[in-house]
Amino acid sequence: MARLAESQGKQVLASVGIAVPRGQVARSAAEAVEAAARVGGAVVVKAQAATTSRAAQGLVRMAADPAAAGDAAAAILATQVGAFAVTEVLVEERVAIATERYAGVIIDDRRRCPLLLVSARGGSGIEETARAHPEAVAELPFDAVEALPQHAARELWRRVGVHGEEQRRLADACVRLGRAARQVEARSAEINPLVFTADGKVVALDCRITLDDAAVFRHPELGIEVARELGHLPTELERIAWAVERDDYRGTFYFLQMKDGFARGQRVVAFHGAGGGGSMMAMDALQSRGFTVANFCDTSGNPPASKVYRAARVLLSQPGVDGYFGSGSGVASQEQFHSARGLVKAFLEEPLAVPAVVRLGGNGEEKAIEILTGYTRSLGVPVECYGKDTPVGACAERLAALVASAAPPGPRAGARRTTPATEPYSFATPTGEITYDHAVCARCESKACVGACVPQILKLSEAGLPVLAVTLEEAKRGRCTECLACEVDCRALGAGGGHVELPVPGLDEYRARRGMV
Amino acid sequence: MAILVNESTRVLVQGISGREGRARAKLMREYGTTVVAGCTPGRGGETVDGVPVYDTVLEAIERHGGIDASVVFVPAPQVKDAALESIAAGIGLTVLVGDRVPVWDVLEIARAAARRGVSFLGPNTLGCLSVGKGVLGMIGGRAASARAWFKAGKVGVASRSGGMTSSTGYYLSRAGVGLSSLVHVGGDGIVGLPLPAVARLFEADPDTACIAMFGEIGGSQEEQVAEMMTRGEVTKPVVAYIGGRAATSGVRFSHAGAIVEGGRGTHEAKVAALRGAGATVVDAFDALPAAVARVVEG
Repeated sequence: MARLAESQGKQVLASVGIAVPRGQVARSAAEAVEAAARVGGAVVVKAQAATTSRAAQGLVRMAADPAAAGDAAAAILATQVGAFAVTEVLVEERVAIATERYAGVIIDDRRRCPLLLVSARGGSGIEETARAHPEAVAELPFDAVEALPQHAARELWRRVGVHGEEQRRLADACVRLGRAARQVEARSAEINPLVFTADGKVVALDCRITLDDAAVFRHPELGIEVARELGHLPTELERIAWAVERDDYRGTFYFLQMKDGFARGQRVVAFHGAGGGGSMMAMDALQSRGFTVANFCDTSGNPPASKVYRAARVLLSQPGVDGYFGSGSGVASQEQFHSARGLVKAFLEEPLAVPAVVRLGGNGEEKAIEILTGYTRSLGVPVECYGKDTPVGACAERLAALVASAAPPGPRAGARRTTPATEPYSFATPTGEITYDHAVCARCESKACVGACVPQILKLSEAGLPVLAVTLEEAKRGRCTECLACEVDCRALGAGGGHVELPVPGLDEYRARRGMV
Repeated sequence: MAILVNESTRVLVQGISGREGRARAKLMREYGTTVVAGCTPGRGGETVDGVPVYDTVLEAIERHGGIDASVVFVPAPQVKDAALESIAAGIGLTVLVGDRVPVWDVLEIARAAARRGVSFLGPNTLGCLSVGKGVLGMIGGRAASARAWFKAGKVGVASRSGGMTSSTGYYLSRAGVGLSSLVHVGGDGIVGLPLPAVARLFEADPDTACIAMFGEIGGSQEEQVAEMMTRGEVTKPVVAYIGGRAATSGVRFSHAGAIVEGGRGTHEAKVAALRGAGATVVDAFDALPAAVARVVEG
């Protein structure tokens, strides 16, 4: 996740010379006992969870000795925060506090520069302090390239009424904080409280560092697994989705779960957007028709059909949804038939058991509508597709009508090929493999795949069978754009000899564990 | 007139030799934009569909004289260097199409642009288009679509979403409301020409009578437009829709800028600020064309 855990954030602070309490992470009560013994004396045990006001939730506990630290850890590790269990605690030395302050570096969208924010009143949230005690808060924009000057930081603390040795030491910590923020490319780095101790030192008692998702690739040292601000620790399905995005740079696939543990009949729908603004607008339209979205999803930036297919498979791995709703801005620059083919393949393989309404407006929409509605008639559930002249609200209303009248379809087999081809002809694509069963192709009259192939890399052999017109290496390196026409159009118009295998690592196992076919 | 691009704008394309650069240079030219040169380090001396390519931006300027705008199509990690090159050369407007540009890189770009006294649009922008005059970036996707979708008139479109820039333009045109220019400010939290800057340009543009705005949760761009209206710096009518009412706090919805943090940038706060300043804010996007039509006609 793009937000560093407190313990990891403190390592970053320590690396630039900001003092932090001695401490150790523990994952069990026994580990907490050990950690407390190593730290020595009275300790504090803190849940490592992305939540605010931990103390009020019993997630921060004091312990006088190691045994008490073990009990505190046991209690905290048994707690759920939202839908998620606490898996780690931080065991730290107790610090004798004289005063509590706040210091943060954030990025100011108005001035387009980093901003140092300080408050003489630490502990509570900076927004509340700024409202209730504006005189205790001051800010200083500073240069993104040059270091924050010491003198300016001292003057800032003076303005909020901090003087003498404490002022000098706090200013020094702020200069270091600015350096840390730039070093890890943080979007915000806050220390709250930043305390002045009884023995005259400045110590960061708690911190919250949020990284820039777009810069995580430059910081392998931070070990970020999922560079997404999800608002929670990544779920299993989100990790699976993230791996798809990480391994395929073409276009964007954004996925986050917003609801779990729901059942049919609760008006929860799988949501497949395209483009951030259009997606948010579509979610708003669903919400105003009484739907809740199970997830947020965005496939945009001209992704290949294969990426849209993988996204749809992830979305369909959320049992209990009453419908599938897709809509982007409605007037997309990218060719919409790629998304249509990706959806068709996923819907047929599943097979889709709930109504779907998808708005694929923009370039190529006529063809997209024809593909998505024409090729899914065998499903036995309604799949409706609209273009730019049908507003998103009307599409959401269609889904409401379909969900209200939907009858569950009888048992049907998914279209994923499970038996090996009799006469296989295979080649690798950038992220998968295409296999023709030439025994089936020999019976095919249409040879639709050759004409439908978007990059035109197929030809008919002398025997009249579809083969590559480019080399195997060229196809693998990207001449094959994974448009999926060789399977989707083949199934609809030909004999069904073409199949594209596009693995989604971990998804089948995830589904099996959750009892999905 | 129109804003940011018109029929006389002379354009450089950085990264013209790449897949995107080549395709979008074609779109721009087919729409009527004057693309005078391209720049790709290491590819000087080549041509791309007849456009000469140079190794450096300054070389392109020395050979072709004044360049008004540069459109940058390079992968995110290379955007900073390309942008700094265009800015250092003094090009008045640099359009950064790239997505996922690290924010500290954008801060450096912003610092350089401010010192040089030039502007940049984006990053993470679809670009801008002045109806019938020119396009910078990729709005419309195909020149034929851009001509079919956007009709000429007096409404300026400013949006934080790329797709919704096209959508807003299309639905307004279909409702009989013509457009002057369309600007996608970029989906990121820090952008070179945010909504208030674009509103200022529309205010000064004699061809624009009304501003149609697609806003989103997160950041303070919409609030700043409201402040400008209150101060009398924007006097032309503003009609807006704000996306993200259903969004939850602390979660980023695709766009780097679309996140509510610490109670800042909420849907309610933006709607209230704009309404308080006299803007028309519609609750459903579908209601935007009719609302703009009423303002324009009346």
